[in-house]
Amino acid sequence: MFSTEASGRCWSATSRGERSRRWLMLAVLFLALPAVAASAHDELAIGITQFPATLNPNIDAMAAKNYVLGLALRPFTVFDADWKIVCLLCTELPSFENGRAVVTELAGGKKGVDLTYTIRPDAMWADGVPVTTDDVKLTYEVGRNKESAVANAEMYRQILGVDVKDDKTFTLHWDRLSYDFAAIDDFVLLPAHLERAAFAEPAQYRLRTLYATDPTNPGLYNGPYRISEIASGSYIVLEPNPHWAGPPPYFKRITVRAIENTAALEANLLSHTIDMVAGEVGLPLDEALAFDKRHGSEFNILYKPGLSFEHVDCNLDVPALADRRVREALLVGLDRDTLTKTLFAGHQAVANSFVEPQDAGYTDDVPHYRYDPKRAAQLLEDAGWHTQPDGARANSDGKTLSLELATTAGNRSRELVEQVLQSQWKQIGIDIRIHNEPARVLFGETLLHRRFDLAMYAWISAPENAPRSIFRSDEVPSEANSYAGENLGDYKNPEMDRIIDALEIELDPGKRKVLWAEAQQLYATDLPSLPLYFRSDAFILPKWLTGLRPTGNQAPSTLWVTDWVERQ
Amino acid sequence: MIRFTAIRLVEIAAMVVLMSFVIYALIGLMPGDPIDLMMGADPHLNSADLARLKTLYGVDRPLFERYLAWAQAALHGNFGYSRLFAAPVVQTLLPRLGNSLILLGSSFVIGFALSLGLGIAAARRPRTRFDAAVNLACFAGVSMPTFWLALILILIFAQGLGWLPAGGIGGAGNSGFGDWLRHLVLPVATLTIANLGGYTRYVRAAMRDALGQDHIRTARAKGARETRVIWHHALRGALVPIVTILALSFGSLVSGALVTEEMFAYPGMGKLIFDAVMGNDYNLALAALLLATAVTMLANLAADLAYGWLDPRVSYR
Repeated sequence: MFSTEASGRCWSATSRGERSRRWLMLAVLFLALPAVAASAHDELAIGITQFPATLNPNIDAMAAKNYVLGLALRPFTVFDADWKIVCLLCTELPSFENGRAVVTELAGGKKGVDLTYTIRPDAMWADGVPVTTDDVKLTYEVGRNKESAVANAEMYRQILGVDVKDDKTFTLHWDRLSYDFAAIDDFVLLPAHLERAAFAEPAQYRLRTLYATDPTNPGLYNGPYRISEIASGSYIVLEPNPHWAGPPPYFKRITVRAIENTAALEANLLSHTIDMVAGEVGLPLDEALAFDKRHGSEFNILYKPGLSFEHVDCNLDVPALADRRVREALLVGLDRDTLTKTLFAGHQAVANSFVEPQDAGYTDDVPHYRYDPKRAAQLLEDAGWHTQPDGARANSDGKTLSLELATTAGNRSRELVEQVLQSQWKQIGIDIRIHNEPARVLFGETLLHRRFDLAMYAWISAPENAPRSIFRSDEVPSEANSYAGENLGDYKNPEMDRIIDALEIELDPGKRKVLWAEAQQLYATDLPSLPLYFRSDAFILPKWLTGLRPTGNQAPSTLWVTDWVERQ
Repeated sequence: MIRFTAIRLVEIAAMVVLMSFVIYALIGLMPGDPIDLMMGADPHLNSADLARLKTLYGVDRPLFERYLAWAQAALHGNFGYSRLFAAPVVQTLLPRLGNSLILLGSSFVIGFALSLGLGIAAARRPRTRFDAAVNLACFAGVSMPTFWLALILILIFAQGLGWLPAGGIGGAGNSGFGDWLRHLVLPVATLTIANLGGYTRYVRAAMRDALGQDHIRTARAKGARETRVIWHHALRGALVPIVTILALSFGSLVSGALVTEEMFAYPGMGKLIFDAVMGNDYNLALAALLLATAVTMLANLAADLAYGWLDPRVSYR
């Protein structure tokens, strides 16, 4: 009885408890549902530090625009993560072997090249219109027109004409034969069915292009995604292109959020407002390293060295710097290994020349200037700069060896390096006065007019990019050339001019490698500038994301977004 | 009063014209132009491209010539094209203006309402613990840097508790009104807290003065209820200095709140003006700054007119 009663009470109690537990479980399940649903990551939010000014692929050059358009537009060719030229919108790269590249004889005995490309047969704009040679013709017309505001018009000037064979095949007639003839990375197609009307008045094109007036028009995009929503200055939403014939993209929606303040960018990442930070337009390396120390275990952080060559430009018109021995003393008086290890955790490799080690033209067979303060002191003595009782150096005229070092004000990383440089050079008796300016003043005025002694900044190049603008003797900015050219130090060496000219037209990769080696050896011998390191980008990714492969070159990782998937 | 208003409007118009030239000249005198800056971003750009783009964008013409061309077009309602945003200036400006009006307008209304309550309550209980606490909080609010306050709020509510987004504006991908509102909470709270201290101190001081006036004592002696004494008699007198402060703050509704916008990645007028000035975007910078100038001056005119309504002793001559 007791037991029955007891069991009855017990049953009754169990029943109430069971019901309560069931309700509780239901409630928990209900509350957890969104979390369960959210755990399947079908949307991706990316944080970048700039908002693209324009989305027209041929107007203005901006890293943020390239990054976003990498998701939505396909260039014909591009350098991939292995720094090899690959076709994205074409079927096959032109070569002499496949007959798509044919050398031509031009007037004056000059050689040109005809290149034939075929657009992928399944390439479509996101409004369902096929990509055709009509788009090629319009793009060429826009590029050639002086009023159309296309930034890099040099490529179009070099193309003498376009012959269309059919809807998909066309030939470009180039006025020169250069080693990188197959690469037409900047030839990004405009949709003729939409943009031709906007180009009716070329001078008004930059105002009337649909990329500015109707940027969410699906017909403007031919990549795996199309831009579906834009809040200027804040975010861009991309959704899959229904007519994309390549591998299907994994994410149903990608939101690219522009957050300029890096502290706010980190906060957004930690609060999961964004899932990742783009390396191409994200946190500077020193901030990424600090973030890595604090939260590295929560994210997958990739460091990718790239083509930004950080260096100190020497103005060779300054008498002290015109002496090569002083320049070498500056270099060997600097402990670059310790500098990069201490400030950048070794993620930015010390540079021995201006060519990045991943580049096909790179050679290690150049003079390496290791930290050697004794040699630095000897070189300065030999150059006539003798130590004074106060530790400074002066020449026989009593002139102190004092130089001004400029860089971009507000760039914390550069300002840190600058302090190291100042301190180490002081130890060998060189007085450094720091004179930093905002980027617009430094690049727009001071460097162009060559009003500096030493200037620390980066040269940004492309794979196997011949150093014409930075080393050729006719590229020194002056009033005569409207202050164009980037040979800011006034470096003039006929041998370097010869190598650059030969390099640009050498088709044989083996012979080109020899020329590249000669250029690097000459640079490392002459030391027109002081090489510091190659900058790295930090990609902060969620643990669940896989497939993202930084390129380290100018091609944004977003061009291969179809490889990005959730880790299983 | 009509004559007074007309004269002031003419003065405002003259000031706007003068300011347009000063702003244009100041931006023009800054070294470097936007085309030079492009060079660093694109290794393929050469000198021919730079020269062509300079001509196309008109940056190779003398400053005064460019100003006159701009002024002529502006008189016809054409404020030109923003180089930075690749869109007409008005089209660029309006969404940002809307965002700023929402952000600053909300914080202005909330901040003013709270400061009115706190300031009056503190003025009614001078030298009490409550008054001291309000004063302390006001000083804390005034002294707190906005960027720090923003970071603290982000750390607590976005990163720590995960209740609110850390920045940006909501509504991406049709996420709705609720999402839009959630994105607004932290920036509005930051600006409200930042402004609350200042406003409260003004209200408190003005109310303290007003409550000491003879007519307040007379009203009380006549048996008026305390709420009527406060809200009808004292507040009206106290509003004159408060209106001055509010009128001066009004310009910020259209000139934005740079630090808050930057910290919360909020696309408002402050960031727009900063980017336009730094990027040598003459058309955009001019339109935005002139709008801010005109609104500030019109708000001051409105304040002057309000004095007459609030205080019958004020006359317009």
